[in-house]
Order: sequence, then C-alpha cells, then structure tokens
Amino acid sequence: MQERVKKPQFDVVGTRPVRPDGVDKVTGRAKYGADLKMAGQLVGKVLRSPHPHARIKSIDVSKALALPGVKAVVTSKDFPEQPSEFIPAGEGVVNYRDMTNNVMAREKVLYEGHAVAAVAALNEKAALAALDAIKVEYEVLPHVIDEMEAIKPGAPILHEDMITTGVTPPPTKASNISKRVEFNLGDVDKGFAEADLIVEREFKTKAVHQGYIEPHACLASASEDGSAELWVTTQGHWVVRAYCAKLLDWDISKIRVTSSEIGGGFGGKTVVYLEPLALALSKKAQRPVKMVMSREEVFKASGPTSGGTVKVKIGVKKDGTITAGEAEITLQAGAFQGSPVQPACMCAFANYDLENVKVVGYDVVSNRPKVAAYRAPGGPISTYGVESLVDEIAEKLGMCPIELRLKNAAKEGTRAAYGPKFGPVGLIECLEAAKDSDHWKAPLGPNQGRGLAAGFWFNIGGETTVSLQLNEDGTLTLMAGTPDIGGLRASLCMMAAEELKVDVSKIRPIIADTSSLGYNFLTGGSRSTFSSGMATVDAARSIVKQACGRAAKLWDIPEEAVTFEDGMIRPAGENAGKHKPMSLSDIAKVAGKTGGAIVGYAAISAQGAAPSFGVHIADTEVDPGTGKVTVTRYTAIQDAGKAIHPSYVEGQYQGGAVQGIGWALNEEYIYGEDGKLQNAGFLDYRVPVASDLPMIDTIIVEVPNPRHPYGVRGIGETPIVPPMAAIGAAVRRASGVRFFELPMSPPKVLKAMKAAGKA
Amino acid sequence: MRYEKPTTVEAATALLAAQGARVLAGGTDLLVQMRSRVLSPDILVDIKGIEATRKVTKDASGYTIGATVTGAELKEHPTLSKDWPGLVEAANLIGSTQVQGRCSLGGNLCNGSPAADSVPAMIAAGAVATIAGPKGTRTLPVEDIMLAPRKLALTPGEFIVSFKIPARPAHGGDAYLRFIPRTEMDIAVVGCGVALALDAGGTCTAARVALGAVAARPLLVEDAGKALVGTKIDDAALAKLEAAARAACKPIDDKRGTVEFRIDVAGTLAKRTAKIALERARKV
Amino acid sequence: MAKHHVTTTVNGDPVEYLCESEQTLLDCLRDELDLIGAKEGCSSGDCGACSVLIDGRLVCSCLVLGVEAEGKKVETIEGMAQGEELHPLQRKFLEHAALQCGICTPGVLVAAKALLAKNPDPTETQVRYWLAGNLCRCTGYDKIVRAVMDAAAEMRGA
Repeated sequence: MQERVKKPQFDVVGTRPVRPDGVDKVTGRAKYGADLKMAGQLVGKVLRSPHPHARIKSIDVSKALALPGVKAVVTSKDFPEQPSEFIPAGEGVVNYRDMTNNVMAREKVLYEGHAVAAVAALNEKAALAALDAIKVEYEVLPHVIDEMEAIKPGAPILHEDMITTGVTPPPTKASNISKRVEFNLGDVDKGFAEADLIVEREFKTKAVHQGYIEPHACLASASEDGSAELWVTTQGHWVVRAYCAKLLDWDISKIRVTSSEIGGGFGGKTVVYLEPLALALSKKAQRPVKMVMSREEVFKASGPTSGGTVKVKIGVKKDGTITAGEAEITLQAGAFQGSPVQPACMCAFANYDLENVKVVGYDVVSNRPKVAAYRAPGGPISTYGVESLVDEIAEKLGMCPIELRLKNAAKEGTRAAYGPKFGPVGLIECLEAAKDSDHWKAPLGPNQGRGLAAGFWFNIGGETTVSLQLNEDGTLTLMAGTPDIGGLRASLCMMAAEELKVDVSKIRPIIADTSSLGYNFLTGGSRSTFSSGMATVDAARSIVKQACGRAAKLWDIPEEAVTFEDGMIRPAGENAGKHKPMSLSDIAKVAGKTGGAIVGYAAISAQGAAPSFGVHIADTEVDPGTGKVTVTRYTAIQDAGKAIHPSYVEGQYQGGAVQGIGWALNEEYIYGEDGKLQNAGFLDYRVPVASDLPMIDTIIVEVPNPRHPYGVRGIGETPIVPPMAAIGAAVRRASGVRFFELPMSPPKVLKAMKAAGKA
Repeated sequence: MRYEKPTTVEAATALLAAQGARVLAGGTDLLVQMRSRVLSPDILVDIKGIEATRKVTKDASGYTIGATVTGAELKEHPTLSKDWPGLVEAANLIGSTQVQGRCSLGGNLCNGSPAADSVPAMIAAGAVATIAGPKGTRTLPVEDIMLAPRKLALTPGEFIVSFKIPARPAHGGDAYLRFIPRTEMDIAVVGCGVALALDAGGTCTAARVALGAVAARPLLVEDAGKALVGTKIDDAALAKLEAAARAACKPIDDKRGTVEFRIDVAGTLAKRTAKIALERARKV
Repeated sequence: MAKHHVTTTVNGDPVEYLCESEQTLLDCLRDELDLIGAKEGCSSGDCGACSVLIDGRLVCSCLVLGVEAEGKKVETIEGMAQGEELHPLQRKFLEHAALQCGICTPGVLVAAKALLAKNPDPTETQVRYWLAGNLCRCTGYDKIVRAVMDAAAEMRGA
C-alpha cells in the first residue's frame, strides 16, 4: 500500500478533544433556524394544495389581503418564469424551472402539500386566517402515486412536455419517465454464459424521509434598497443564496445568507422551500418575515428520498467468482424529475471487481413531493438489492458471506462500472475486520440470525474556501463555510492545530456568512471534513509560509533559509546565522510592523476525494408469534482513510446505521387511494427510538487516501448503505424467510412466516 | 377560545353544558388535535382544579382514582402497582415518559380511540366510572363508555370525575400487553388486558379479558373470560382463550396493521397476557 | 379575547407573561420569554425536543398550555448549568460526543436529568426506555446512553 501521507504520527489528529461549539449546544444557547428574532418580524405561512394533482384555475387573494394584520401575500406571479435547462450543481444537476415550480406552483399542483400561495401577517393567528381567506379554484385531475403505476400506459401524465431522454429513438408522446440511464462494462451476456448459477430477484423499497428533528426554518429581512439578509437552517448557504437570487431575479451580491446551527439535514436541507417565499414576502412587506415548517409540512412538502423497484441478476461460478451483474433500477422522482437513479446505478455493483456489468435506470415522476438527497442518495436502494442477492448466492453455494465477498471484492485498480479506476480502497480490510470481530464469532440464541452486507459511497470534493487569521496574541480564528452538522468545526481546528503545532484550544472556528468568505459548496457528499479540511491545511501552511517570510525580513535572511519545526520558526541551518527562534505568537505580535495581518486563505476546488467502503454485521431476533424484528447486536465497520476525530467518525457510523435500520424495518410513506399521505408525523412515520436499539459497535479501518494531506476519506454517507441488506440477511436466518420488500414490518413478516410454515 | 379552570364539579358541568366546550385533563391528545385543527373548542374546561379528579384513595372496597391523575403518579402510588400492576403498566405505556407525566385514565378513555392503552386494562379490572353532570352523578362500567370512535355514552355537560377499581381479590392478578411495531411510542395495533382470580387450589374462579384496537371500541370478551373460569389455565384453556379472542375481533386495515394481522396477534397476545396475569395471581 | 396573565417560576426566577388560551408552554417559553433552548420538532408530543420539567415532572411543553404554568415551577435546559459550571450530564455529553447536530440535546438532557433524579443507578435498558420519547436522528443513541450512564456513575460518586 502506498504511504504518501506526510506524517504517519499525529499529535492532534486522532485524539478526541471536546468540540468548540459543544457548550452552546448542551446549554441551549446555540441558535438554530427558528431561534432568531428580529424587531417587527412577521409570521409567514404557506397555503398548500389539498389535492395530489390538479390544474389551478384561479387564485383570489383579495380577501386575505384585506384582513387585519396581513401585510403581504405572494403567489407564483411574484416569481419570474424560468427556462427549463439542466445546470450542474455538486453531485447532480438543477433545473430552475422545476425549482421555481416546486417552491410555488404555477399552472398545476402536483402533490398534496404543493405550495400555492404564502402570506405574512402580524402573528400566527392572523396568518392562518389569511390562508383560510385565499380562494383557489382547482380542476382536480386523476393522480398516480406508485412508480410502476406511473409508467403504465394510460397513467395520468404530470408534465405534458416530458419526453424520456436516454432512449433512442426518443419517444413521440409524453410520459412520466424523465430519463433512462445506462452504465456498461464488458459484456454481460458473455458473463452470464460463463456462470454456473444465475439468481434473479426483484426488490421493492418505499419512500423514506431524512427525518431531521429540526423543521425547515428561516428569517428573511429585506431592505428598501433591494438587498436582504437571510438566516436559515441549511447545509449550504451559498447554494441557498444562488437559488434565491435566481428564483427572484436578484443580484447575488444583494443577498447575505447566514447559516444558523442546523438541526439535521442528511441531504434534505440542500434545497430551498421557504427561503424564496420569505424573501419575497419580506420585500413586499418591508419587514422581517419568519417562516417555520410544521412537522406535517416537512413530511408532505419537503423531499423524502425515492422508493423504487430494483431488479437484480447475478451470475456466479461454483467457486463464488461473480461473472456478471445486471440491474434495472426504477426510482420515484416525486413531482419533478431528479431521483438519485444515476448514483443508484453507479453504486449498484461498486463493491465488486467485475468485468461484466450492465445497469439501467429510470427516473419516474408521480404525484408525491419532489425527492431530495438523502445520505448517499440512491446508494442504499440499489445496494439493498445487490447485497441481498449476494447473500442469497452465498447461501445457495454454501459459502460464508464474507468469503464470497472477499473473492470478488473491489480493490486498488478495480474499474467501477461508472468509469473510474479505484485507488487504494479499504473493502478487503473491512471484510477482514468483520471476520476477525467478536461479533462475527459470537453465539446466537433461538429465533436469532446474523447478516452481513457491504456498502460504498464515492464522496466528493468541490469548491471550498477557508480563511485562517493569526490574531495579535498568537491565537487563531478559523472561518469555514461548510455548515457544521456533526462535529466539523472540531476536526478543522484539529487539522489547523496539527499543522501549526499549537494547542487546539487556541483555535476558535466560526461558520462564516456568504458576505464574509468566498464561495463554498454545500455540506454534502461527505465532503466537509475532506474539503474544508484540505483548505484548512492549505490555509495553515500559508500562515506558516507567511510567518517564515516575516522572520526572514526581521533576520534579514532569504526566505528559503527559514524553516518551521516543532512549532517554532528557525533559521534553516548554521549558515543562516544565529537568530532566536520565534513562535507564531512572537510573529503575530509584530505582524503589523512587518507587512500587515497574517491571514491564511485557501479557495480551492478540492480534488482527490476517495471512496469509503463499509461492512455491517447485524443480529436480529424475530418473534414467530408477531413477526416483530428486534435488532439485538450491530457492528459498523468502515474505512475512514484517517479519522481526524474518532468520536465523530464513530458517530457517523452509528447514526447512518440506525437510519438504515429504520429504513429496513419500519419507515415508509403510506398513501391512501386518495393520493394523500396518511402518516405525516412522527407517530406513524416510525423512526427508531432509543429502546429499539442495542449499542452500535464500530470499527474504524484506516486505509489512507493518498490524495489528502492526512489521508482523509469522506465517511458520512457510506454508513446508511449496508444496513438494509444486512438486516434482511439476518432476518432470513432468524425467521427462515427471505424478504424482497422493505420495510420488513411485522404484518408482512408474520404473513410470510406463516405462508412458509415458520410460524 | 376561552380557558376556564373551575374548582367545583358543579361549575365544571355548567361550563361543559355549553356547545363547543371540551374537557382538558392532561392535554396529550386534545392539544395535538387542536394544533392540527381537527378540534377547535370554544371553551376549554380544565378539570385539574377539581380535587376529586386528582386523588388516589384506597379503602377496603378498592381504589378510587381521580380522572386526571397522571400515569406517572399512578406508578408512584405506594400500593397501586402491587395490587393492579397491569393497570398501572397500561397507563404507563401511553406515549412516552413525557406523555406519562401528563396523561390520565379519564383522558385516555374519553379521547375515544379504540386503541387506548389503559382501557383494556381498566375493563379487565372491572373499573367503573363516576360521571358528574348537570342532573347529578351516575356510574357506568368503563366498557360501556365508548360507543364508537370519538363517540362516548356521555351527555352534554357530563364528565368523568373518577374511576372505582375493585379491591384485588386474594390470588388475583392482572396484566396488559400490547403489540406495537417499535418498542415504545406507537399506538397499540392490538391491546389486551386480562384480570383473573384463582381459588386456593389454583383453579380460576373469575376472569375478565378485554381487547383494544380490534374493533370500533374496546371489547370485553366474555367468551374469552369464560374459557378460563373453572380451569387451571392449562394449554387447553389457553387455546380456547386464543380462539375466543380471535373470534371477537372486528378490526380494520389501516396504516398500523391489517385485519389478518390483528386477528392473529389478538389471540397470541391474549395467551401471553393471561400467562402473566396467572403468574401474578399465583404469587399472592 | 383578553390574554391570560401568567405568574410562574422558570429556572428559579419569578416570571410573568401574557398569553392567548391556545398558546402552548413551548410557545410561551420561546416567544414570550425568549428561552429558545426548548425546540419545536413536531408539536404533537412525539419527539421530545421540547422537554421541560414542571414541578419536577418531565413533560413535553408542546402538550401543556402556557396558562397551565400558573403557579408552577418550570425548569428548562437554560437552568441546568450552575453559572459557569456545567451539570455532569452536560459535561459527559461533550466528553462522549453524545451530540452531532445538537437539536435534540436540550430535550435529552432535561429528560436524563429527570431520570437520574428518580433513579440514580439506571440500567442501559432503563435509560433507553426512559428516553424513548426523545428522538435523535443523528447519533443512533449509542453515545447518548453511554454519556447518561457515565454521568449517573459520577453523580453517585462511583
């Protein structure tokens, strides 16, 4: 394995200091999206469609405007027309026509909960009265919810101009399939011909929500000169700024966005819902407007992730060598195109070093909220299918599930079906760690079973800016721009402390607003520790370089003759002369006299993001009297490259695993025949609670990423990828029944067990 | 909306006689429904100011439990958990620890959900409600209070002041189990309360079995109780109990469970609950 | 409709506020008293982010009316630290990294404080069941449970 990491021994990296923003969070002082108040603020509320599909014939807001206390009303008339074009943004593309339509319906409402109008009033009572006073005339249209129903001929069409792309020749009629994608490697027909055993299955998953405990919230304050401030809970405030500027047709420079602390995002807070509305209302009312979603609105009108249908076919030789892998993945996009079908296809077979792969994906719209990213978007769904099938193959071949995977594991040099060749990766190390773990060897009791699955996420880098200021007393202030969802600030300070050889407590971080720092792409794609970390290291090294330059000036020697060692600036050798070494603190004191403030600044597009592989082991117990599945033991093993702050790496492994457990067992969007969501609350949208779970053990594997100064790999998304298949495999062994549909809720499990004679 | 907190029963019944008046006890159902605009009362009558609704008293004939006593308070009562553990456990399965800090037997029943957790246990225990109204006070067994979802056998102005629970018989035991998909926080998909008494020789002399969430109202399943009486509650008796429980179900398909599942689990749960009640009866 | 004038005690201080009948205690804490530590996650008593203590009893403040706080003793997250000194639970949460986004943290801390006041030596199972009404989407609860048990041990002097 290449060892290109400069410092194999770290002083700060790898330790567990208390996070710098921690005290505010345990005392209730930290301010989240709904926690800011401005003098004169109004309450903003959204009128939402009660119909899953309807044409808007008219909207009459006159009575609402006439009500006492109502200061502004907006409808789609207040948002300019946007052309339909696909603009790259981070891991995907955005279409501004779809975005403005989603934020405020134009000709049609396309899901129950679709925003139709918004009001700003003196208080909540007045705002709700205003909503009641708005008259909307709808022409109700037939609706379609399920993706497989939406592609059937005769299904209600959502967009009259939707012609499927990626199909040759292109269709002549509109449909609900926005695109077809395909990834190919080698020749799957040849591969299947070489197989001794071919297994084929169809898997179904349901839409699940990111489930962040903090609803969407923002406070917009527009000024008479056409500028505005926005306080918002978000994963990316520069992105919010860009989206709002586009949707409102304002100059980007006119909007200053501050990211509040964020109460969970998981991808769901990378888009805008309330923000353009709040800005538009504030501009009309010339007063601050605060908008907060209710939990019901979060479920009905903010993107869950797709449910879908995954058909998988794998061919394998008797000795376990996989000869071919094929999959067809159909994912729900919600009301507008843009399911994560492309990354789902990319991840499907990424765990394996295969010659012959074919993955086809379909993005299908239907009358449900537009999906948003959810932690490794698409990955958990396709991996659920492939890993479940691999488990079935292991069983059929009589092979250990770990050995079967070791035999085919992706490694350095493997070419993924979606194009790139992997550098050093840690799947094999994770599989070996699983094999050696106490968990894998532990005995099982009655009605219990153990399952294992692997997962992958490719991770991204991207535009990132960091400013690191050397204060006059030698302490430092770090300004980053990727909102801190789960411990980022701690890791950034640690990396700066590592570079500068100062105590980590001497560095205080903030997340800057959009007017204070250069562009930052959002926190997502598992990129913030990787990218902001890389920029932080660059900024720290810049400070060192500048400090050496100042010392050179003071000592009147060339810059090349000055070095930074053990936290001190020294002459590089005897020839440089005898000069008393200076600390950064010493240099800081004379910064003004030697040329001005010393600021390390890095504006990069971080390259070299490397994938993170993980392997999860799950034990379940199934009650044959009720079909209830209990997770009795769980271990998440994953390659972090280098764990900057191990506690926060463990936290990502544990949190993602539990989201996956919820996805596997109880979480799902339940629709009635009327196209309305039946479980838009935490009572019946069942996320795991503390008593549902055991401790989530973790093993951090470290196969350094050679393209990051410390070897860091993004790790936040991979943990949600393996759990569903791991739990499915465990349930198979505990209950005797293999499931091909999620969630594995008790009525389904009991019914299947009874049918199989196991209960 | 008006909020009133009368300190006497008479003042409360007078307020409640008006249209659009609702009782506020713990508020753990009412406030949720008000927030989602399912209910918009004109007057909220907070009955927690009426002492009779707040106390738990014990005498030779049993317990009188005020209608607004919280689940948490029931649990902390020095003797109630020992005498009627099933009832106390049922009340403490409602919602979460936070909800149990406010919820009450009165509210849980009068919210009118067939899936209410405390109700099958109350029915099994033979609880009787003391109801105050404009025309005076009357009593009604708990199994007769709920007629259909959100429909109670109470007339305008009436509210439940307290519940009478009989003294636990010698060699008596009760239990409550429910099926939910998670371990906490869910509305019961099936709930079962069993209270039984044995004679000195271990033969069952009395049994009451109640099921929740399997019909339009919580059910007292007389056949299920009869299946146990006169037996030593052996496997044969339990099998009869299971069948009787299943036969009594008239459930619906909803987002929490299917008809098939509820019927199946009702029987399984009835057996498991009866076993716990039996164990407890044998210990005293 | 005239507002209610409520006199109550919050974190040991005498406090007064005006509120409508329908305002919840959560609304009053956040909007009338600017105590934003209790959070609104669901308004239906299902997430526990609004947890406070009333007369020592753990409740969801979104399920209590503002007017019901009259004459009671309310304790919120803001009253948990004593001056600069953090409560052992707060310290242990930081040590164990028992929070990621932190939105559930005030509710969990208040709930855990109530648990340890009642049961100073809880088992892991008891901790999990007591906290079942506090949803956390980030941590998977593991480090939260460890922090609570460690704080309990310290508070017992173990």
